[in-house]
Amino acid sequence: MKVQWIGFLTLMRKEVVRVFRIWPQTLLPSVMTTTLYFVIFGNFMGAKMGQLEGFKYIDFIIPGLIMMAVITTSYSNVSATFFSAKFQRNIDELLVSPMKNHTILLGHLSGGIIRGCLVGILVMAVSLFFTDIHVHNFSLIIITMFMTSLLFSLGGFLNGLYANKFDDISIIPTFILTPLTYLGGVFYSVNLLPDFWRTISLFNPILYIVNIFRFSVLGISDISIITASLYMFVTVVVLWAICLTLLNRGFGIRS
Amino acid sequence: MKNSAITIKHLKKIYAGGFQALKNISLDVPKGAFFGLLGPNGAGKSTIIGILCSLINKTAGSVEIYGHDIDKDWSEAKKNLGIVPQEFNFNIFEPCLQIITNQAGYYGVPYPVAKQRAEHLLKELGLWDKRYTPSGKLSGGMKRRLMIARALVHQPKILILDEPTAGVDISLRRSMWTFLEKQNKNGLTIILTTHYLEEAEQLCETIAIIDKGIIIENMNKVDLLKKMKCETFILTTEADCIGLPQIDNASLIKNNDGDIEVVVNDALSITKLISDLEKQNIIVKRIQNKSSRLEELFVRMVES
Repeated sequence: MKVQWIGFLTLMRKEVVRVFRIWPQTLLPSVMTTTLYFVIFGNFMGAKMGQLEGFKYIDFIIPGLIMMAVITTSYSNVSATFFSAKFQRNIDELLVSPMKNHTILLGHLSGGIIRGCLVGILVMAVSLFFTDIHVHNFSLIIITMFMTSLLFSLGGFLNGLYANKFDDISIIPTFILTPLTYLGGVFYSVNLLPDFWRTISLFNPILYIVNIFRFSVLGISDISIITASLYMFVTVVVLWAICLTLLNRGFGIRS
Repeated sequence: MKNSAITIKHLKKIYAGGFQALKNISLDVPKGAFFGLLGPNGAGKSTIIGILCSLINKTAGSVEIYGHDIDKDWSEAKKNLGIVPQEFNFNIFEPCLQIITNQAGYYGVPYPVAKQRAEHLLKELGLWDKRYTPSGKLSGGMKRRLMIARALVHQPKILILDEPTAGVDISLRRSMWTFLEKQNKNGLTIILTTHYLEEAEQLCETIAIIDKGIIIENMNKVDLLKKMKCETFILTTEADCIGLPQIDNASLIKNNDGDIEVVVNDALSITKLISDLEKQNIIVKRIQNKSSRLEELFVRMVES
């Protein structure tokens, strides 16, 4: 037990040290991009758009933009660090050690969660320069941010396990994650869509996450919060089980 | 077995493509031994090491490390192992000190203790000045030493070195030998695979030779060398000799440098050979082994 705990703390410390050592690469880009969204969509365009679901447009998009930053950051952090460890073979440092696979998994996820939440908090802080943030349910904000970064850290880990070359860790964020995020109700309410597109949107997992977070901040949601929370919880459990099973089989890391 | 550091029984490995790397290998490494595992490229050495440290899944057989089965009690088994792999496998952006303390942490060593041990090892291996240097900026020899420090920081009972001195200059190689001999004298069991047979002859007391997935020899180095039926020497003579004499139990040829290359059967002593040559007016100025004795034996065994 002691070995597992110290091993986990070591992996977590290693990740935190990395995040702060190269902070212009790990913390700034998402903050920069989201700030541009605030300026362009929130201030310049949003000022002419009136209200959406009873809120100023900038207030409406802020929760989604925070989640977008958390999602992309936690995903890319874990996929990049895990694949890089695989590529340089320093993953062997962990595989030869007495650390159990769930400790190795948790250690890697901790990096994604910490970086994801840090970026989320930074983006939230920056948003205060553009508007006054409403807080509907503070505990739900914390839980959603944590669960979202956990969920997408698991996704990033899975991507890292399957990846054989660096291209493989950029394909999913570029061609799947980003389109799903943009179409996940960050900039609009799915209630504004025609029925057909609204039904299609319900298959987008990011829609649920954005809506839970929007509910925790503004108190409004396009879909049932209980359904969305259940969906998120079940996805985390399933992804955790898949990642751990693949690790136990040595998929992509042992001969 | 009680006195075994490593016990391997009926170990088999068939890779996904169908290649059988290990064919029913059984091996016993005594506690405290300096054990050489030799073999040509592709013989199965790295597969054995990979299985021992669980980087490769075995197909059949059992492995015990200090009495702990690697399947049933793998966590305890792993605590006893330190690995120095063939290829550099550091995170190239991580500083040396961090690499060592992290590795200690993965074995459950608390950070303050890990820092003390890292300082001691880095100083002993001449890397203390480089403690904040990213590993990617180290020279090849420094990286080799860093791998040894990383493998020893959790104080394992067994150290596995997979070609540790590949690409290392001779003076550094000798200093690494001294370091390893000291560790072995302090009770550390060392398993060494190397292509430098001079290294194995110098360091190892027990040697196993593996070829095509089978152990073809496994015994004490002294007994192994006794198996040599003949040895090749190079003789430098005082004057250039024109014809070469016939000597019983020896065959002589002249090499490109003008020296005499002589294969001596174990029925003939060196003293007798030199005196026979003197009788033919050939005065031997210098005598040397053509290659290390182990190298000669190894080549013969593998070729046969």
